[in-house]
Amino acid sequence: MAFSAFATGTAKEQAPRRKSKIALLLLLPGILYLMLFFLVPLVSLVITSFQQPVPYGDIGEFQNAFKWENYVDVVNTYGEHIFRSFAYAILATIFALLFSYPLAYFIGVKARRWPLLQNLMLVLVIAPFFISFLLRTLAWKAILSDESFVVTGLKALSLMAPDAHFTGTPAAVIFGLTYNFIPFMTLPLYSTLERLDTRLLEAGSDLYAKPAMTFFKVTVPLSMSGIVSGVLLTFIPAAGDYINASRDFLGGTGTQMIGNVIESNFLVTLNYPAAAALSIILMAVILVMVTVYVKRSGTEDLL
Amino acid sequence: MTKPLPEDPFIRSLVIQAQRSQFTRRNMLKGAGIGAGALALAACTPGGTTGGSTGPKAAKDKSDTDKIVRWDNWALYLDVDSNGHYPTLEAFEKQTGIKATYTEAVDDNNTYYGKVKDQLKLGQDIGCDTVCLTDWMVDRWIRFGYTQELDDAMIPNKKNLVPKLLDVSFDPGRKHSLPWQGGFAGIAWNKDHLPGGLTSVSDLWDPSLKGRVGVLSEMRDTMGCIMQDLGTQIDGKWGDAEFTAAIDVLQKQVSDGQIRNIKGNSYKQDLQNGDTLAAIVWSGDITQLNAEAGDHWAFALPSKGGTLWNDNFLIPIGSAHKKNAEMLINYYYNPEVAAQVAAYVNYIPPVAGTKEAMMALDPALADNQLIFPTEATLKNAHVFRSLDSAEDQKYNAQFQAILLGA
Repeated sequence: MAFSAFATGTAKEQAPRRKSKIALLLLLPGILYLMLFFLVPLVSLVITSFQQPVPYGDIGEFQNAFKWENYVDVVNTYGEHIFRSFAYAILATIFALLFSYPLAYFIGVKARRWPLLQNLMLVLVIAPFFISFLLRTLAWKAILSDESFVVTGLKALSLMAPDAHFTGTPAAVIFGLTYNFIPFMTLPLYSTLERLDTRLLEAGSDLYAKPAMTFFKVTVPLSMSGIVSGVLLTFIPAAGDYINASRDFLGGTGTQMIGNVIESNFLVTLNYPAAAALSIILMAVILVMVTVYVKRSGTEDLL
Repeated sequence: MTKPLPEDPFIRSLVIQAQRSQFTRRNMLKGAGIGAGALALAACTPGGTTGGSTGPKAAKDKSDTDKIVRWDNWALYLDVDSNGHYPTLEAFEKQTGIKATYTEAVDDNNTYYGKVKDQLKLGQDIGCDTVCLTDWMVDRWIRFGYTQELDDAMIPNKKNLVPKLLDVSFDPGRKHSLPWQGGFAGIAWNKDHLPGGLTSVSDLWDPSLKGRVGVLSEMRDTMGCIMQDLGTQIDGKWGDAEFTAAIDVLQKQVSDGQIRNIKGNSYKQDLQNGDTLAAIVWSGDITQLNAEAGDHWAFALPSKGGTLWNDNFLIPIGSAHKKNAEMLINYYYNPEVAAQVAAYVNYIPPVAGTKEAMMALDPALADNQLIFPTEATLKNAHVFRSLDSAEDQKYNAQFQAILLGA
């Protein structure tokens, strides 16, 4: 159903009768590109993840082997970070959805009467993209710092303990993740809600459904494809994000996510097999979670 | 079991098309061939075996015909005017006729190494003819054979160097590296909040500073300061026991929430926005920060000792302009040139006689202890002893584990 927009309304079955040589030729650059920049690095990553240190070797020297214990080691050492990454990503996705749905509904449905307002609000949603992701996160770090008006204000109102901090806490990291991925959630939601047929909502109330019931029985199912793409676009990058949780941005030593662990292993301790094994675990877990999620929400057509 | 076709006409047509091109034996073989090709390609990527190889060979020098030199360095590390020109570098170009390209390519020793290590291993050009890196990273490059041997005959001004810097543990006789600038790691505090100031690293653990203390993510500087606070001579003989004792202190202060954060260059923002009131920091940064954001911070070497480090020139193995790079290094060992640089970067110049040259340039700076430290100051700053490979890996892992909260 997601692609119905692209198909012409009265189209008959137009399946090509034979394999077109031109179609294959057109696909070739894409296939070569994926081979070179996806398959090769992936294979290289898998090989690296099984490497073992060169006996008596220097820092960062590894040789090919089949050391599957690497996977056990990283799970034992960094299990907490793996769990934390997905917990943060799930929370950030839920918050982003709760925040974005009303926003997208307002822009896509309520604001239809005022196209100017609609466009203006869309621009406001996209506007943050004009500024670098890093700069925006740094700006939040300054806004949420100890001597900022936000923190001093909350403390003056006794909403925060006098010696409490905001930056460097899990709350700050989840806040950063939510904030940074809101546009990725809002835009797909908007694009489905914008096509929502409001006559169906009228029909719902004609049939004595309460507004809440109409919402859950009509609006939500009709916007499911937007929810699914929004959740995927938010969850997948959020789980691997290493900027918000970085100690240089909103995080602290207690909030490090799997991306930070990979970065540290790759760049500082030069433990390439550990970094590679963690990357593969991250990919595998995301793949499993996304597959289960898509199956359960009944939108296989999207994949 | 076949799945029912999807309703969407577009998807439906795609599925039908996919079903038509069934897998024949020939197709399967083709696919297997492609997979094997990918594997072969992957095997070519560096990062596999090394151990005990002879190391890369130095590139042939083309300096005489190709009059260029490319220099990678850290940000804010060379005098620059308001138009973005580098006055000392332009004078060098005029003097020698060598075209110099200066790039602020080094953001961090580790990320720079991560970027160029594969080319270095193959002996390829990494896009620069000289680069300035910190002692311990230079140690690693020399160990791996990633540097070219310097020709003293091309660098007569080497005699101007401060004697203490002429022989270092990681490069006896300075055959592969030469100093660029040096500095201290010590303690800094916010003068508005802490008018009394601090004197030692232990002062950072005062309960009144809970959650407002920062330390550097550079292992040797943070650990060097803490170990000296515990009474260890960091440039002398010490081992696991001393290092672990300091790690325990750091771990405790992090777990207790005394230390809020462990950062690299970005710690300056934390000092500025007030998250951090006292921290282990680099000397030159505080001078620059005070100049940029008002005079709010003070720096001191801890009473029991701070660390002294140097960034060093080296010539990467793949550079084809070694002679030009040596001329560049030689040029910066003129005391007058060194003074011009020091007046801008505020770090410790390695050239003797710079202080006298600075007298003429800016007498106020000539008295700055952080740029021209006296013997008494220097006595309180020590170099973290060089680590062998096994220690390097072990200590790094212990320190990183704290940074990651693992």
